[in-house]
Amino acid sequence: MKRWMTWAWYALRAFDWPLLAILLLMAALGLIVMHSAVGGTDWRFAEQSRNFVLAFSAMWVAALIPPPLWRRLAPLIYVVGVVLLLGVELFGETSKGATRWLDLGVVRIQPSEMLKIAVPLMLAWFFHKHQGRMRLVDHLVVLALLLVPFALIVRQPDLGTALLVFATGFCVIYFAGLSFKLLVPVLVVGSVALGLIVHYEEQLCQVGTDWVVLHEYQKHRVCTLLDPSTDPLGKGFHTIQSMIAIGSGGVYGKGYMQGTQSHLDFIPERTTDFIFAVFAEEFGLYGGILLLVAYGLLILRGLVIAVCAKDQFGRLMAGALSMMFFVYVFVNIGMVTGILPVVGVPLPFLSYGGTALLTLGVACGILMSISRYRPDTSG
Amino acid sequence: MFEFKETTLQQKRHILIRVLAAGLFALLCGGLLGWRLWYLQVERHEGLAARADRNRTAVVPIAPRRGAILDRNGEVLARNYRDYVLEVTPAQVPDMERMLEELGGIVEITAYQRRRFQLALNQSGRYASTMLRNRLDDDEASRFAAQAFRFPGVSLKARWVREYPQGQTAAHVLGYVGRISEADMTRLEEQDQLGNYRGTNIIGKKGIEKSWEQLLHGKTGLEELEVTATGKPMRGLSRIDPEPGNDLVLSLDIGLQRVAEEQFQNRRGALVAIDPRTGEVLALVSAPSFDPNLFIDGIDTDNWRALNESPDHPLINRPLYSTYPIGSTYKPFVALAALELNKRSPTERVADPGYFELGGQRFRNAQGAVYGPTDMRRAIVVSSDTYFYSLGLDIGVNALHDFSKLFGFGQVTGIDLDGERKGILPSTDWKRRAYKKPEQQRWYAGETVSVAVGQGYNAFTLLQLAQATAVLANGGVSRRPHLLRALRDGLTGEETEMVYPPTHTVPLKPENLKVIQEAMIGVIRQGTARRAFSDAPYQAAGKTGTAQVYSLRGAKYNAQAIDERLRDHALFMAYAPAEDPRIAVALIVENAGWGATVAAPVGRAVFDYWLDRPAEQQVAVAAAPAEQGPP
Repeated sequence: MKRWMTWAWYALRAFDWPLLAILLLMAALGLIVMHSAVGGTDWRFAEQSRNFVLAFSAMWVAALIPPPLWRRLAPLIYVVGVVLLLGVELFGETSKGATRWLDLGVVRIQPSEMLKIAVPLMLAWFFHKHQGRMRLVDHLVVLALLLVPFALIVRQPDLGTALLVFATGFCVIYFAGLSFKLLVPVLVVGSVALGLIVHYEEQLCQVGTDWVVLHEYQKHRVCTLLDPSTDPLGKGFHTIQSMIAIGSGGVYGKGYMQGTQSHLDFIPERTTDFIFAVFAEEFGLYGGILLLVAYGLLILRGLVIAVCAKDQFGRLMAGALSMMFFVYVFVNIGMVTGILPVVGVPLPFLSYGGTALLTLGVACGILMSISRYRPDTSG
Repeated sequence: MFEFKETTLQQKRHILIRVLAAGLFALLCGGLLGWRLWYLQVERHEGLAARADRNRTAVVPIAPRRGAILDRNGEVLARNYRDYVLEVTPAQVPDMERMLEELGGIVEITAYQRRRFQLALNQSGRYASTMLRNRLDDDEASRFAAQAFRFPGVSLKARWVREYPQGQTAAHVLGYVGRISEADMTRLEEQDQLGNYRGTNIIGKKGIEKSWEQLLHGKTGLEELEVTATGKPMRGLSRIDPEPGNDLVLSLDIGLQRVAEEQFQNRRGALVAIDPRTGEVLALVSAPSFDPNLFIDGIDTDNWRALNESPDHPLINRPLYSTYPIGSTYKPFVALAALELNKRSPTERVADPGYFELGGQRFRNAQGAVYGPTDMRRAIVVSSDTYFYSLGLDIGVNALHDFSKLFGFGQVTGIDLDGERKGILPSTDWKRRAYKKPEQQRWYAGETVSVAVGQGYNAFTLLQLAQATAVLANGGVSRRPHLLRALRDGLTGEETEMVYPPTHTVPLKPENLKVIQEAMIGVIRQGTARRAFSDAPYQAAGKTGTAQVYSLRGAKYNAQAIDERLRDHALFMAYAPAEDPRIAVALIVENAGWGATVAAPVGRAVFDYWLDRPAEQQVAVAAAPAEQGPP
């Protein structure tokens, strides 16, 4: 009996309570919005509830694994992930034009999801192992570790996931000490170039303009990204519909379950990538800002954990995972509100999808594990 | 370049700086999102607020009208009619049972339609518009329209529905449309066409409907509407009209097609008629046929099973999918090869004792005939196998392969229909690639003997035989066989003729060509087809054929004794008039026995119909209305 109590105490201690509070809030929000997006309690609502239970269990398990063990497991997880990706490349199942799933007989899995965790784990392990003595060849290894899975996922093709994997891996490198002297100029030049393109978009996209290096159809794609109204039925359709839905929500929103745009089927993918449109239509500007603040708190908590972490591995991992949440949120809401091109990135905790939730759960679990970790020397 | 060399304390300080920088960056981006939300929900929301309190705008795609398909004389083969349907949005219906009850008093709703509706409801959500009734007649539509206010959530909608007024005739040419499937969606996405199919739920699945989908579909328009909270349109804000698809004028003559199809009665078979001067396909028969109208709203299980499981395989497009050994109809081409390659003079006589012996194996004439000394002309006229057995060995299988290839045997013709097969034009190279074991890869002389009489490994489509016949009739000039003759713009009615230049010319000596043509005329006058063509008012040139389905291994062929499906195929190839060919035909009647008695009369009927008509009528393309109102 006493043993059982100790074990329970240990299991409960694994939680990082501030983070758990934020997550419970997000889960509640997620289920409320899902309820509205599917228009009642149909099977998707039930499945999403089950997914949340699974995700929280996964989080708990991940939180119980101490960071040194995570670190030791990192290469294994990474190698398994890349092998599975290769498996998808060779024997994958195709659905909706992309090959992402691998049927292992018992379960169907989506290895690209796994890489969202595996790549930062691997890079953090590598930097931790080589801290203080990085040679030039090590930098090349880091690059290869990041680019191989990225390229495999791009080939599926799944640009959204590839982008997230790349961004998370890049964040590890950033926290490990990528020189600002290198980073800042690239960032500045990039933003200036982007600003110029957006500013001169009308001239650039005129019919006669020749883009020298790009084909006509490539030009068309870029121009549709810049101005969705040029292709209102094709690539621009999603964006226009979601912008109308969000805009019609106004400051206070139309009220829960009252979103006309969402319910009359004008928002495509309204339970997955475009669920923010449903949320913003029904809860308005206040709701939207509140959600952004909630995500902000989540990221903030993650960054605090990074600062307080006890070793380099923990610091890099916590920093990168927090920034992964940021990339998720920014890319998704940016795309739904029409400031970023449409790529398939779900909104964390709100979008429907079991595998994605599981990944998020594991990520949060690792954050908790890092947060609660005290090296043996201290007690 | 990188700053990785640090102590633990330094690491801690640096991570703080980096976390602060990252946090700042995230804050900036978050601010950008917040600004964007404010811009959309305050700035632009205010602009819309004045227009209506609870109205909203919706972008609605307007599906274009699919182009019609006409035959060469303007007769309609595929068109669209206006269909009125009742659609229900469950979320807006206060009491479903009562609504159905009351609605049943105005328009008839059968038990089947109710069941179909319930099934569809379970699949789509409460907010999706689901079809309850289709094919409302004018009375029902107006009765409902007058009382529509009693039925919130039920709306009367009009849609275009595809229709094939010719029924089973030319079904394999036209193909059919059907619901857009997952696979179609994927393809459309790859072609960047998904936007253009928004609001459309059908797509070409087979035949012309599939191969010219892009011309038929048109361009989707769109309308920006102001809609009330219940989804009722208030007024249009802006509109881009859809562009209807092109009407297609085919080279097919539906009269000729009908005559040809009737000839097959209940038999299985295929027929292709080509105008050798242009490459236009005048008739393309695959018997038995099916009714393409069954497929439009999704075929029901019973009909599908009946079509799919029938041993006659009505869904197969025989003339371009089924491959056959073409038997004696191959002989004119083999003889021409011998002449062009100087392997045998046309006047040289070969003894025909009724069989040809090679390595102790006897290759016999059909029906045990003995023709005595035979020259090339006589060999074709009476169809002496013995003559061609030895000729095959003289030419050699590879030389024959190279020559026949020029006529299109064993090659894809490139006709504008889907599902064409290549068949097999045998050669030693082909056999080496086709088989795995070394002993199977070897070519035997006996196989060349079979190949020379159109048997053995030869497997050609009837389309290839028709094409080869057309090339022969045209003096060696080859044109791609095609069905699309012209397209008519859906808006202006302006017609654009398609141009098909010759693809290549088979180099043939006129004197050699003459020998073969004379012999083929001989077949019609005195030879195997003379009975079928007695007192024809024109001179045709052709060749009959009988292809073995079942190897008898030396036993005597007895049609009654063996299973119907193992009986020989009857074949015929011909063109007419011999002096100035206007039509070339190849046909097969499966398991029907003797080519001379079964296949040749079919060719005669097709020629009679086509050549009886004045030449200008064959070319004329009359204008005809493509659309019809509700019946």
